Amino acid sequence: MSVPLLQAEDVLVQFPAPGQAPIRAVDRVSFSVAANETFGVIGESGSGKSTLGRALVCLNRPDAGRILHDGADPFALTGRAFRAHRRNYQIIFQDPNAALNPRMTILDSVCEPLEILGEATAAARRDRARAMMDRVGLSGSYAGRYPHELSGGQKQRVNIARALTVRPKLMVCDEVVAALDVSIQAEVLNLLAELQGEFGLTFVFITHDLGVVSHVSDRIAVMYLGKIVELGPAARVRHAPLHPYTEALLSAEPSALPAAMRTRERIVLHGEIPSPADPPSGCRFRTRCRFAEPRCAVDAPAFREVQPGHFAACHFVDQLTLQGPAS
Amino acid sequence: MASDTSKQQGRPGPEMGHRPPLLSVRELGVALQTRGGNLQLTQNISFEVGAGERVGIVGESGCGKTVTGLALLRLLPARSMQVSGKILLDGTDLLRLPGRQMRAIRGRQVAMIFQEPMSALDPVFTIGQQIGEAIRAHFPVGAREARERAVDVLDRVGIPLPQRRHDEYPHQLSGGMRQRAMIAIALACQPRLLIADEPTTALDVTIQAQIIELLVKLSSEAGTALLFITHDLGVVAETCERVLTMYAGQVVEDAPVEDVLVRPRHPYTSALMRSLPNLSVPKSVLPSIPGRVPNALAMPAGCRFAPRCAHARPACGRAQDALPVGADHRVRCARFDELELPGTAA
Amino acid sequence: MNRRWRMLGERLSQVIPVIVLATIIVFGLLQLVPGDPAMTLAGEQATDERIAEIRHLYGFDKPFLVQYGTWLGHAAQGDLSRSLLSGERVVTLIGQSFPHTLTIVVLALLISLLVGVPLGILAAMRAHTRADTAISALSSVGVAIPNFWLAMILVTYFALGLGWLPATGATPLGESVVGSLRHAILPALALAAGGIAELTRQLRSALLEVLSSQYMRTLRAKGLSETAMICKHGLKNVGVNLLTVIGLLFNRLLGATVVVEAVFAIPGMGSLIVRAAINKDFPVVQGVVLSMVLVVVATNLLIDMLYSVLDPRVK
Ligand SMILES: Nc1ncnc2c1ncn2[C@@H]1O[C@H](COP(=O)(O)OP(=O)(O)OP(=O)(O)O)[C@@H](O)[C@H]1O
Ligand SMILES: Nc1ncnc2c1ncn2[C@@H]1O[C@H](COP(=O)(O)OP(=O)(O)O)[C@@H](O)[C@H]1O
Ligand code: SF4
Ligand code: SF4
Ligand SMILES: [Mg+2]
Ligand SMILES: [Mg+2]
Repeated sequence: MSVPLLQAEDVLVQFPAPGQAPIRAVDRVSFSVAANETFGVIGESGSGKSTLGRALVCLNRPDAGRILHDGADPFALTGRAFRAHRRNYQIIFQDPNAALNPRMTILDSVCEPLEILGEATAAARRDRARAMMDRVGLSGSYAGRYPHELSGGQKQRVNIARALTVRPKLMVCDEVVAALDVSIQAEVLNLLAELQGEFGLTFVFITHDLGVVSHVSDRIAVMYLGKIVELGPAARVRHAPLHPYTEALLSAEPSALPAAMRTRERIVLHGEIPSPADPPSGCRFRTRCRFAEPRCAVDAPAFREVQPGHFAACHFVDQLTLQGPAS
Repeated sequence: MASDTSKQQGRPGPEMGHRPPLLSVRELGVALQTRGGNLQLTQNISFEVGAGERVGIVGESGCGKTVTGLALLRLLPARSMQVSGKILLDGTDLLRLPGRQMRAIRGRQVAMIFQEPMSALDPVFTIGQQIGEAIRAHFPVGAREARERAVDVLDRVGIPLPQRRHDEYPHQLSGGMRQRAMIAIALACQPRLLIADEPTTALDVTIQAQIIELLVKLSSEAGTALLFITHDLGVVAETCERVLTMYAGQVVEDAPVEDVLVRPRHPYTSALMRSLPNLSVPKSVLPSIPGRVPNALAMPAGCRFAPRCAHARPACGRAQDALPVGADHRVRCARFDELELPGTAA
Repeated sequence: MNRRWRMLGERLSQVIPVIVLATIIVFGLLQLVPGDPAMTLAGEQATDERIAEIRHLYGFDKPFLVQYGTWLGHAAQGDLSRSLLSGERVVTLIGQSFPHTLTIVVLALLISLLVGVPLGILAAMRAHTRADTAISALSSVGVAIPNFWLAMILVTYFALGLGWLPATGATPLGESVVGSLRHAILPALALAAGGIAELTRQLRSALLEVLSSQYMRTLRAKGLSETAMICKHGLKNVGVNLLTVIGLLFNRLLGATVVVEAVFAIPGMGSLIVRAAINKDFPVVQGVVLSMVLVVVATNLLIDMLYSVLDPRVK
């Protein structure tokens, strides 16, 4: 087997917290992503998805463990080599406005990454930017406009074009469709899928929307309080989850099906995600888990391969009968 | 079905449909006054909410859901927005009430909760003060009694340690707890109708599930009618008995939830359902709706959905009326009878 | 409560370096002033020996740091040395002048609040109406009008013309409250015009911002009246802005009294420092500046503490 495009080995990212132990936003997480794959990451707010995503593209430096791009550690590179490497690993964020300078025209925004890299001539850069805008469905008439003249979906297209002009290998999409209406969301998801085929892109797709993640992903990782609690092929995670947290997430997803087609009992998780500054002992999910036993407060469950390619971290993974999604 | 507890609680039997409606909205329209003239944001909105009934309003952003909700309580800025039509609460037109009487309705008969629970709560008053204030605005009770009632309602909305939370400030609560506190404020005076504008949009799915469960439980226990505004069809399906689909400032379909999920009659409702990713084959191309919602400045003369509708015909070029499909189903589409549109169940 | 004390401690520890720095600047700047204070002190016809003697007596011949150290040491014990002119203790001089200044400033602040706050509320409640326009026009005038000019008009009209109030001088508060207020009212009014205008404008815009916030909509949806919304929720929410404005205003009034005291011939801090500066009476200048710095620092400290009372989010 060839080297995966992206590997995370025991990655720890923490943030200093005044007067207490640091917050372990991402706590010893390992996985790999193959070229051309779409790797979904899902979990509640504060579970560490964005922090992980930022670490994957070298925006956060792991405090322990390694990120490997094509088998090599990008943090070993310095200066120019590091910057040249980073262009291959792009990230787009949820807020379509955040990455766009309100005083720059759309075309200038799309050109900017190329400009920073100092690539080609100004005219050639503009041509490439225009071509990419065209590709994401923004006609030339948008080139001279400013962000406030565009809708959310259009702004997200600009962000996509901007990230793509530098021809990255991997793109981390952090909640890119969360702020969009369903019909616009569908368009952007379709666009991303097309671009993946066309440019041979690899996606890490971060979202809290189960419908979205299971539609786009080949594999899904479920995060809870900084840990990956389940990881497996999308269809298996979706229809035959192994971890009680995944089960609860699936069950919480509101389903637009008629009542007669909703088969399962809804599990409503009690309480909220605990503070990552002071995670529960043993299994982190135990405070909300309907199967928790005394042992769960003592031992942290190992993250192990339960079925080929399907991992989970729960002591009782072999004994539990979990239900699939509500539909 | 049998196991779906939330849907069963307090679902009104068929006889409830014949009760006189609690709220009857007739030809409601909101116009924004601009320098360039009046801009009609919403138009011809008519619907009814029965006592204890749970009605959803869905539609994409900007279609006029919030404006409609705010208009019902006359919360729109009077200086820049003009409301026309009738809002009958028990037969009394709210739009004709003098200010003082309208204030007596707000919070007492009809209450409202909003999307962003952080910015919707006053940051410098405790949760308890904000609940107590609502109670004392409508009931002649002392501070002690107000406190007791506030603690009680905090308890009812499932806030742990209500005595302590009573004296805490909004920033000390998590997002989910804040939304519970908002619900507590709204329900403190036991209103007969609660308008909830996207109350779960800013929350995690797990917390959303908790809030939905709570709203449905409280509404069925106290017989409070619910007007649930959301852009999420799934939330409507799990919460409401009837749903209004809004498009470009109009209600384009008004139907029982179960009917519309199985067989929507308006092409827009159907298209919305088909674009949901969780109902599609993974990795397939998602059916999307081409084009954009028309701008209020440039509304199509005929059917407002026509420029984006896959079923448009020349006949669609004239303005569409709300046509009855059955006893409790209306749709604003001339072709509803000829079309066989897929719902979520297809 | 505990938290508040700890916060006070923290703030104090931040304030001390500020004060030390201020004293260094005050002390250092005076060294740059041309002219030899010893010569001034000794008088026109003094011999060189006499000048040297005086220089030695006052320590003017020591290195800067030593002079500073001695001065700071004494100042910390409340000894600000003596006036080179009158030989009186600087602390005594300040003790006599400061109450006059404080009376005027506090009175001016009170007038600003009593007039500015209601006007600000009125302007916000009636925003974009004629009343609002009238109030903003008035406050523009108030901001633009120079203090001393207003002071002279007030003197001419109320003191010299109508003879209702004394034109000049001051009575210590301890001697006669009425007398003191009678003397202070015109200077305070002269000072307050700008304060009223400033408060009205700031309060209006802060209230309008609060009124357009989401939680105001919630309050309206609960059935509260407009008056309850503004007077209870509006005011408490703008409390922090208001405090900031009051703090700045106080400091500005303190500075502005110099001119007004001159017009009304009030023996306050302004007059004291003007006279001392003209006569190169260094110890007095230093003492006055130091005490002003202390007052300003103390005001800011108080305001900081009040923030945490008004806004629960301030930690
Ligand atoms: N710069 C930072 N400084 C301190 N703590 C941080 C920082 N960034 C994130 N955290 C903390 O790390 C944890 C994980 O945050 P992260 O943003 O990765 O979560 P997430 O899963 O992306 O959540 P969401 O769904 O809300 O985007 C949180 O507890 C957060 O408060
Ligand atoms: N205060 C306002 N001033 C001007 N236009 C507004 C205002 N509030 C809403 N609108 C406009 O009214 C239309 C409907 O908005 P809204 O009811 O908020 O939509 P929804 O809640 O369905 O997303 C939109 O075109 C929006 O831009
Ligand atoms: S280890 Fe225990 S608490 Fe954790 S998920 Fe498994 S059963 Fe639940
Ligand atoms: S009236 Fe015509 S254009 Fe409008 S929704 Fe129906 S079929 Fe489509
Ligand atoms: Mg995030
Ligand atoms: Mg809205």
